[in-house]
Amino acid sequence: MGETILEVRDLHTHFSTYRGLLRAVDGVGLTVERGETLALVGESGCGKSVTALSIMRLVRRPGRIVRGAALFDGEDLLRKSNAAMRRIRGGRIGMVFQDPLSTLNPTFSVETQIVESLKVHGAARGREARERSVELLEAMGIPAPQERLRAYPHELSGGMRQRVMIAIAVSCEPELLIADEPTTALDVTLQAQIMDLLAEIKEQRGLAIVLITHDLGIVSQFSDRAAVMYAGQIVEYGPVAELLEEPLHPYTQGLLRCVPRLGRPDVPITPIEGSVPDMTALPPGCRFAPRCPRVEDRCGGEMPSVYRAGPGRAVRCHLYEGVGEPECSRESG
Amino acid sequence: MWGRFVTQRLFQLIPVLLGVSFIVFLTMHLTPGDPIEHMLGQAGRITQEQIEELRSHYGLDRPLVLQYGRFLANAARGDFGPSYSHHGRAVASVVAERLPATLELTLFAFLIAIVFAIPAGVIASLRPQGILDRAATVGALLGISMPGFWLGIVLMIIFGLQRDWLPISGRIDLAAMPEYYTGLYTVDALLSGSAPALWSALKHMVLPGIAMAAPMAAMVMRMVRSSMIGVLGQDYVQFARAKGLPETTVVGKHALRNALIPTVNIVALQTGLLLSGNMIIETVFQYPGLGKLAVDAIAAADYPLVQAVVLIYAVSYVLLNLGADALHAALDPRVRVA
Repeated sequence: MGETILEVRDLHTHFSTYRGLLRAVDGVGLTVERGETLALVGESGCGKSVTALSIMRLVRRPGRIVRGAALFDGEDLLRKSNAAMRRIRGGRIGMVFQDPLSTLNPTFSVETQIVESLKVHGAARGREARERSVELLEAMGIPAPQERLRAYPHELSGGMRQRVMIAIAVSCEPELLIADEPTTALDVTLQAQIMDLLAEIKEQRGLAIVLITHDLGIVSQFSDRAAVMYAGQIVEYGPVAELLEEPLHPYTQGLLRCVPRLGRPDVPITPIEGSVPDMTALPPGCRFAPRCPRVEDRCGGEMPSVYRAGPGRAVRCHLYEGVGEPECSRESG
Repeated sequence: MWGRFVTQRLFQLIPVLLGVSFIVFLTMHLTPGDPIEHMLGQAGRITQEQIEELRSHYGLDRPLVLQYGRFLANAARGDFGPSYSHHGRAVASVVAERLPATLELTLFAFLIAIVFAIPAGVIASLRPQGILDRAATVGALLGISMPGFWLGIVLMIIFGLQRDWLPISGRIDLAAMPEYYTGLYTVDALLSGSAPALWSALKHMVLPGIAMAAPMAAMVMRMVRSSMIGVLGQDYVQFARAKGLPETTVVGKHALRNALIPTVNIVALQTGLLLSGNMIIETVFQYPGLGKLAVDAIAAADYPLVQAVVLIYAVSYVLLNLGADALHAALDPRVRVA
């Protein structure tokens, strides 16, 4: 294992809503090594994006980071001053969002939006910033970059916009890129192109990527390790190959059974019964218990601990008690 | 592209003006009140013959259609005829004398409204339901609910009568009158380098300006607030933050520009209302502008003068909308193509 670039510890982000406290992120911990890709996998609403926004300190009211730590290169982002945090955002940590149509400002040209990023981080200004912008667009595989600079977002195709957004995110040579469902809004052929681009950038620039996705196909192809999230908690993590080959948590197993196999019509698709729990009224025990095919008596009332299950693997499930060492307490992990 | 856009819009002016002139012409002539009687006042020794003579002198004895036709033909050349209530002076010259006063006051009120409303709307949007937002909401409610004439009178009583801080009528102290260049006293004061004239002209506009600006400021503030709240929840604002931009840039550049797009039309509409509102405000404050001129002309059944003033209002409405469309296109690249 290399050097750790990001370590999130016991992160809790809550939203106070009219229906009560929503624990969107409830004790998440994860680590990202330099140069690796960590996939954060889960269904919509499981807290993946809020985890990412919490790391960037971009959670907006009524959301609030209640406790935890996000150590970036050894320093806790959650304790930094606003000014210091601004220098990190877009500087040392870049972020790519899901929908490139709504993420680029419709009223400013591509050039304005790239250049302002370079300027604010002191990376380049004036003519140099323009030249850098052209280089960036070129590196993102955008043809005729000079012309594209003058374009407005609505004049570009979806894939092109996503490339522009990635260009902005990596413009100041970040060490970590958080990509929140970067291909969800694109069609399949573009998905592959954008993922290849991300892989190439990662290779060339040696940056680490936190890849948020619900697409297990992307996870298997483009990431080194994966963390599976369910209802605000990480329920399982480990190296991608092993995690997909031999999933431990019943939820991960269920997720994998939901993926249709190309050319294998004989393998049935089995949906996970039930639905994601109401995040303002979570069950007291394991959050997956109401939907779990292997549920036991204690699952409903007792929150399972996180157990180590092999090198680099861990799972939050009562089934693995005694199999592995408990890694952390019942409350957090 | 701009040339074509503007020409197109100016051509659209023609049917608008025809329609407006027809409606005004008709309404004026169908309203009770005989201009000749107004003109002659209480003078009792005038014979019916003399009245008929005057009537035919002004062409009022001809059929309405012919009167309208003649009015159109003359108006197209800029000749609105003699004003009945200004001793037969040409309407054009009477209007030209009053127009600068109204332009100046309207612009002043517009500036008050904008300078106040946009920052207030932005501040209110940053923390919806916060103390500042609630205060702004109460202020806006007051601004919208208070009728202009009432607010004008209250302002006069408080700042003009109870405390002698600001003048309550007129445009300027006669002693401070600047040399005539444009008829806009503030501009003339600057051109002739007279600080007392500038000061006096500004002071005279404060109370009527506030009374005119209040409802507009309230509407624009609410509009800026609500569109800012919408825009601040957009992904591109979040992305701007993720780029590491300072909050002032995120709000003042990325969010505000987008929030102003829907606001522009409201501003144009409200400025139109400023214009029509100045009839009341100018009357309350005895401010010698077009609005007061129009009110007096209506009372005197001075058809030509009323027609000219209303046409000016119509033209300014169309020009305002033209300006709004141009500004819209300048702010939003997505509408430039069309």
